[in-house]
Amino acid sequence: MDFLIGWLAIIPSYATPLLLASLGLIICERAGVLNLGAEGLMAVGAMTGAIIVLSGGNPWAALGGGAVAAAALALLFGLATVVKRADHTLSGLAIVAIGLGMTGVLGRPYVQKTFPGIETLGDLFGIDRGTVFGRIVAVQDPVTIALPLVVFALWWWLQKTRSGLRLTAVGENPAAADVAGIDIQLTQLAAVLASGVLCGLAGAYLSVATSHVWVEGMVAARGWVAIALVIFARWNPARALLGALLFGAADALVPRLQAIGADFPVYLTMTAPYILTLGVLVLSSLRGKTSGEPGFLGRVYLRQDKH
Amino acid sequence: MIDTLHQSGGRGTLFPGTPPALDLRGIDKAFDGKPALVDASFSLEWGEVHAIVGENGAGKSTLMNVAAGVYAADGGEQTIDGKARSPRSPMEATAAGLGMVHQHFRLVQSFTVSENILLSLGRDSRIRTPAQAAAAIAAKAAEVGLPVDPARVVADLSTAERQRVEIVRVLLLGARILILDEPTAVLSEEEAKMLLSFVRRLARQGHAVVLITHKFREVAGFCDRITIMRHGKTVMAGAPVADIDEGEVARLMVGEALAVSERPLSSPGAVNLSVSGLTQKPDRFGQGLNALNFELHAGEVLGIAGVGGNGQEELVACLTGLSRQDQGSIRLGGRDLSRASPYDRRKAGLRIIPSDRFETGLVRELSIAENLALTQVAKGNFGGTFFLNRKGMRHAATAAIQSFDIRGASPERAAALLSGGNAQKVLLARELDAGMKVLVAHSPSRGLDMKATLFVRNAIKQAVEGGAACLLISEDLNEVLSLSHRVAVMNRGSIAGCRAIGDVTPEWIGALLAGHV
Ligand SMILES: Nc1ncnc2c1ncn2[C@@H]1O[C@H](COP(=O)(O)OP(=O)(O)O)[C@@H](O)[C@H]1O
Ligand SMILES: [Mg+2]
Repeated sequence: MDFLIGWLAIIPSYATPLLLASLGLIICERAGVLNLGAEGLMAVGAMTGAIIVLSGGNPWAALGGGAVAAAALALLFGLATVVKRADHTLSGLAIVAIGLGMTGVLGRPYVQKTFPGIETLGDLFGIDRGTVFGRIVAVQDPVTIALPLVVFALWWWLQKTRSGLRLTAVGENPAAADVAGIDIQLTQLAAVLASGVLCGLAGAYLSVATSHVWVEGMVAARGWVAIALVIFARWNPARALLGALLFGAADALVPRLQAIGADFPVYLTMTAPYILTLGVLVLSSLRGKTSGEPGFLGRVYLRQDKH
Repeated sequence: MIDTLHQSGGRGTLFPGTPPALDLRGIDKAFDGKPALVDASFSLEWGEVHAIVGENGAGKSTLMNVAAGVYAADGGEQTIDGKARSPRSPMEATAAGLGMVHQHFRLVQSFTVSENILLSLGRDSRIRTPAQAAAAIAAKAAEVGLPVDPARVVADLSTAERQRVEIVRVLLLGARILILDEPTAVLSEEEAKMLLSFVRRLARQGHAVVLITHKFREVAGFCDRITIMRHGKTVMAGAPVADIDEGEVARLMVGEALAVSERPLSSPGAVNLSVSGLTQKPDRFGQGLNALNFELHAGEVLGIAGVGGNGQEELVACLTGLSRQDQGSIRLGGRDLSRASPYDRRKAGLRIIPSDRFETGLVRELSIAENLALTQVAKGNFGGTFFLNRKGMRHAATAAIQSFDIRGASPERAAALLSGGNAQKVLLARELDAGMKVLVAHSPSRGLDMKATLFVRNAIKQAVEGGAACLLISEDLNEVLSLSHRVAVMNRGSIAGCRAIGDVTPEWIGALLAGHV
């Protein structure tokens, strides 16, 4: 019972960064830009967040700072893919390399220094930790609690509003969007920036809200998992919430089992996210064409003739 | 000539004294230096349905795309409803009351009808949600009498339904000038009739409609005036349909190129290919084939003319073995190949030049040497199971590059880097080998310049003189007429007629092309 409660209590904190990042990727890919750079963007967010708190900043400001820093890197990606029409896959991988490399160097002075994170609901509202409910809710933080609302808002925007449709149209059929008078480059650039903000937020959440420390490589493939999660979610934010809980639960299981003394080979813990990701991708590919993938994802649109 | 014809344009005017709905004068337009429109003109009156006819590539779509703001003209004058207007985008054309339904629809497949229409409404439109859009669409559809269900997803709609969505969208955006680019090409007889009656009704209510079509029947039955284009020029501007007969249209459409002479077979030979009763049911996207019969003799070119999309792709696919006919047989040199694999057909002597060089012809990423060796490797010509004889491939490629004069090529270069003409030469070098008995060439000079075109045609001539037989399928009438010994015309998946080249007349070919049997 204790084991179960402990597990349930930490699932949201595992799910949150995955969800934040995949929401960003959904926006980006709905606009037709394949963003494989999530891992690098998250690393930049995580390191920036840690540096801000360690330099005496407010944890909330640290979340914001992480988002801005990752957005700056995403802007570079956007300039390459959207403006210069470079290959999406290669540019994405370059962003991963830049993000990981940069954080490795710039973050070196800040490694392994713990710091206070954002306050939990327990701290904020003095929730009684005696009950089961209390034990689960008290360890949650405001970001986690607010996230379902964000998911709903994003789903509504994509599905029900004109500007959301315009974004999706760009990724589905840019020729149709073009005729409808939509500025394709501007839309895609905005979408790339949004993915930068959300991936940065996800990374900063990891360091500032979850671990309260920065270590090189702490993103630990969560960026890649988020990419798989988008496919699992069929580019739908509501399904991404579900998927993030699922992935988060699996991810949280290992440390929980270790905590109760189960003897686990380290390599299993290390490879679990990759194996999970691979499994999801195989399963989704079995589903075939109805996967919800944007029709023009990762391709470069060139109008035949320009004015 | 154009000037005198301009004066004949009075009859279609239902509203005397009003300026023309659309007037295009002296329009020039070139793509990458290749002229597509040369001093083209077009004038549309309110209240009329105006047909534009012309061969494929005549410039009909380009001219209308200029009017609709998709392309910018290089020169010329444009007015809409009497005001000088050269729309710089489809949105601007829409704002001026002009809407175009393109040959290839511009709809997002995964969206519903309402979502698609919502998309094209400007920011200042009062319609903001799919629900509001659905209501507006339903109202418009009922008003104009075109059934459209706003809630359905476009991917689930038939072609005719998608077309109705496009039309309702354009009308909802406020178009009073409606341009339809080959709308009936994708419709069944019944559907076409419905659409054309609708278009007539719209004109009677005061709209102006441009109808691009290949079918004289539709011109005669539903249009007020006709404009004929050839090679980017207007060769007849807005003549009243009542004053013109089909033969004249065919002559103007096809031009003087039809002055063909007898072309005796240099070595009339045995039947190399015989196709009988070839039938295939139409699938969701394509045209079916209706009991095609023809024979191909050694030393002969049989040209198949016809407007694209009348079953040419399907015929080629059946011949190559990429798709399987439902009925009928294909025999090559006496062997029944009806169920043979593409590889076995090749072994039997069938060679293909597909219409899209890089789709089923060459592999973009492979080098020229590899592309040339592609059909030989399986036979073991370039080494065994484990080691490829790269050196041999390179030698063979060097020889081919020389004898076919492939410019800008070296054996190691990727095929993707070749220009269209040189890519086609690589394909020819590979296909026109000693084992060839039958060559199926589909639009072999599409997109090539004069020199490359000549080269390709000469290569085919030589191959045939060497004893092969060639089935030449092309939308380019000039090409068919300059190479063929016999000419057949394909229409709606059938062979509408076949004549020896000496008996081909413009009237005959024009009538068959237009589906007027
Ligand atoms: N976007 C384009 N880029 C390059 N060439 C084009 C383009 N559109 C049309 N063309 C060329 O312009 C000519 C006229 O084409 P088009 O207007 O489509 O003919 P039609 O509609 O009468 O069949 C053709 O030679 C075609 O290859
Ligand atoms: Mg056309």
